[in-house]
Amino acid sequence: MSFEQRLRAAQQSGDFEPLIADIPYARLIGLQLQRFGKDVLFCLPKNEDNIGNPILPAIHGGVIGGFMELSASLQLMMNMDTAAIPKMIDFSLDYLRAGRHQDTFAECQVWRQGSRVANVAITAWQTERISPIATARAHFLLKP
Amino acid sequence: MSLSVKTRAERFVSTLRHCQILGLTVEHAAEETLVMRLPYSQSIVGNPLTGVVHGGSLTTLMDTACGTAVFAVLPGFELCPTLDLRMDYMKAATPDRDLLAEARVVRVASSVVFTQCDVYQDTDGSERDLVARCSATFMRIGQDMTPADFRARIEEGMTAPESEQ
Repeated sequence: MSFEQRLRAAQQSGDFEPLIADIPYARLIGLQLQRFGKDVLFCLPKNEDNIGNPILPAIHGGVIGGFMELSASLQLMMNMDTAAIPKMIDFSLDYLRAGRHQDTFAECQVWRQGSRVANVAITAWQTERISPIATARAHFLLKP
Repeated sequence: MSLSVKTRAERFVSTLRHCQILGLTVEHAAEETLVMRLPYSQSIVGNPLTGVVHGGSLTTLMDTACGTAVFAVLPGFELCPTLDLRMDYMKAATPDRDLLAEARVVRVASSVVFTQCDVYQDTDGSERDLVARCSATFMRIGQDMTPADFRARIEEGMTAPESEQ
């Protein structure tokens, strides 16, 4: 099955696991997701290879960003009718706390999904949702 | 002890495990400017249809390039956490070509350091393709906050135990 077919199948069935397994970068950092009805919780399980600062130890800030970017684009693919991969236009990321060497979670809020551009807010946390380690906002191009 | 800017930058990057996984290397480092290379690899692809790398690997490249430029230019061995990143993705990176990040320290203030970074790819001609651009701000926490064992790794050039070959 091609990636496009797999994306369409995921959009129809709601099961995105096979699609994630097809994205090398998602496998590299170890992204997973859980669905609760229409809500989605993205998970980045504790992984030695994602560590930046070895002394703390803390997850590399870039990995936290990559996890949040990927979560946002998957969230959009779940909402979209067309089998296309959204293209990121820009990304603004604020780090609030060090990401410790433990499981990390993210949820996305699609504030606006127009015909061409979408605006998504992403929140990432570890121990409790009310103490995020990072918040971000991304714009995606849905159709050229 | 006086280490060159490039040596400081290389030793700093060698301690960062995820950067070893991605294969980030310091191409050039002098005073305020630093160039870092992210080799193309299948493992960082975000779009399996086109082979284009995922933006997340560029985020790591830009965060690391700016952070390393800051570390290399500050006196002492000051670890500065990233406060924020603001990135523009100008065009999709060409598959099978390495990415280069040119980071510049714009201003060192008492509590904050401002940086900028361009990510580009070399083309067959003399032109280079601008792929992404970033502004990153770092917080200064002071030299005293840098752990002694981390300082030793930079001074003595010891790599992190995890990343030893």
